[in-house]
Amino acid sequence: MRRRLAARLLQSLIVVIIVTTISFFVIRAAPGDPFSYDSPTITPAIRAHWRAQFGYDKPLPTQFARYAVSVAHGQLGYSFPMHEPVTEALAAAVPRTLLLAGLSLALSFVFGVIIGVIQATRRDGWFDRVSSAILLFFYSLPDFWGALMILLLFAYWWPILPAGNIVDPVLHDYMGTWDAFADRARHLVLPVLSFTLLTMAGITRYQRAAMLDTLPADYIRTARAKGLSERRIIWHHALRTALTPMVALLGLMLPALLGGALFVEKVFDWPGMGLLAANAISARDYDLVTATVIVGSIMVVIGNLAADLLHMALDPRVRE
Amino acid sequence: MSDVNTARGVQRSLIGRLWRHKSARWAAAIILLLVVAAIFGPMLTSYTGSEQLDIVKLKNMPPSWHHPLGTDQYSRDLLTRVLLGARISLAVATLAVLMSMTVGTAYGLISGYAGGVVDSIMMRVLDGFLSIPRVLLLIAVLTLWNPVPLSGLIVLLGATGWFGVSRIVRTQTMTTRHVEFVDAARALGASDTRIVWRHLLPNIITPVIVTATLAVGNVIALEAGLSYLGVGAREPTPSWGSIFLDGVEFFAGNWWVVLFPGIAIVATVLAFNVLGDALRDVLDPRQLHGGPALPAGKPAPSSNANAPLTLGTDPIQNG
Repeated sequence: MRRRLAARLLQSLIVVIIVTTISFFVIRAAPGDPFSYDSPTITPAIRAHWRAQFGYDKPLPTQFARYAVSVAHGQLGYSFPMHEPVTEALAAAVPRTLLLAGLSLALSFVFGVIIGVIQATRRDGWFDRVSSAILLFFYSLPDFWGALMILLLFAYWWPILPAGNIVDPVLHDYMGTWDAFADRARHLVLPVLSFTLLTMAGITRYQRAAMLDTLPADYIRTARAKGLSERRIIWHHALRTALTPMVALLGLMLPALLGGALFVEKVFDWPGMGLLAANAISARDYDLVTATVIVGSIMVVIGNLAADLLHMALDPRVRE
Repeated sequence: MSDVNTARGVQRSLIGRLWRHKSARWAAAIILLLVVAAIFGPMLTSYTGSEQLDIVKLKNMPPSWHHPLGTDQYSRDLLTRVLLGARISLAVATLAVLMSMTVGTAYGLISGYAGGVVDSIMMRVLDGFLSIPRVLLLIAVLTLWNPVPLSGLIVLLGATGWFGVSRIVRTQTMTTRHVEFVDAARALGASDTRIVWRHLLPNIITPVIVTATLAVGNVIALEAGLSYLGVGAREPTPSWGSIFLDGVEFFAGNWWVVLFPGIAIVATVLAFNVLGDALRDVLDPRQLHGGPALPAGKPAPSSNANAPLTLGTDPIQNG
């Protein structure tokens, strides 16, 4: 067990190295560099000077070596538009993304599992059909469009909730403790609702499938034969087995989840990692976007590792 | 069995079984309608997509008889633009998916067929690719390569979409590699190329078809998202996503600019998802997701703990 754990950790480390390498070279493969934008006031001489100053005139392997060394030291570059090191900008943004994504993921997992189990036990009944159709609709919504529609619905047409940001930009500083907390919670509702609806559909589909795979098993029949109540059989015996592959699924979902977070954050002006990356586009904040790719990937690797360890802990068959 | 083992046999039985699948018929009809609308639609409207009709009188007009979907802030007819957008969105997505399926299948085939060290190295690299959030990587590349030509967008979407499918193909290849008919072919002196082309490929192609169908919907949504962020298709080229970008600034005031292209996207993605699901029902012998071919309650022959995941034809895994 311990050796397996060590091997898995080493594997994660290797993946991080590969990810950094891939990101660097894929992004560099794009035509253009941070100094190639159109501007009438910047002469070729100035561009050349900047390239020399930041090392862009060096051969690609040298550039990569320099970049790898600085990443290994935890330095991801400097954001000129934000006037601060990239690590500081990310340090403020990542917890906000984790709050939004974590809360939504927990909610969509709970609801997704419950709905998936009910669907599987009443397969092809009216609930299965109706909820599957509704969820397939949510599944097919582009993230940003689903979020936009929710924003339009609950912040403009029926304005009961704030349209964006994490707190009220003016009043928050003057609120008491309780009001400030309520203000934060109110700002969380719409982004979390959007994110949950968009994520839940996928989880439900898998839970339904996993449950359908489990229900015909022999030990379920045994439990029935022993006279256990149907509720106990389904929610204790079957669900325990059917949940295990869901843990691995969570690991696989993470990259798409970060992508979804980006769009939800952009729509609701939620100042997390995704909004940082989205705003970096127009600001041409090159170091920042590169860093978000690498930090995002490392988050995925860590999440995968956690999912795998949990999977190992839950399922003795995977441990061998 | 011999019939199913040839690509043509797969095709023939596939269309027949799909035809009997009710939701597949609907989805196929919608997709067909979209393709027809994309090809002929723009010819039938009396406007061109980039024509600014009257920037004073016809700016931001709600839907009316002359402009069934309204006009945008530059007084362009929205219906024409949505129809033109169908061309761009469908073409970009189809070409990108074609590219990623080709690359992914090749990668998976090589990795699975070669085995050993080659396989391990290729899989570790793939792990790396699979860990990178696709949207973040695309944004990073497009930040530098901005504005990106349409062909560049297709290549980028294709180049970042093959990871999931190559893993599926590898698993399929590894299980098929030692099946008797492959051994027989090898014993008869068939070359590796011939074995891969004639014997392995037809047997692994079905999950690729399912993945591709689901991926088209996924890529349409992704392209729209990128255009919405301002790094996808660019003015004056109307893709469904870039139409949003015009409306989103004050979209509470001209909701139709955001709503109608959105409905077009959702209908398209939904149709491809339903068709993909139906294809999986029809093609997947294990019937994990429960299709009409398998009577309810019959035990699925798989007891693998990872079964719902190894199926892997879900867009979740394609990021």
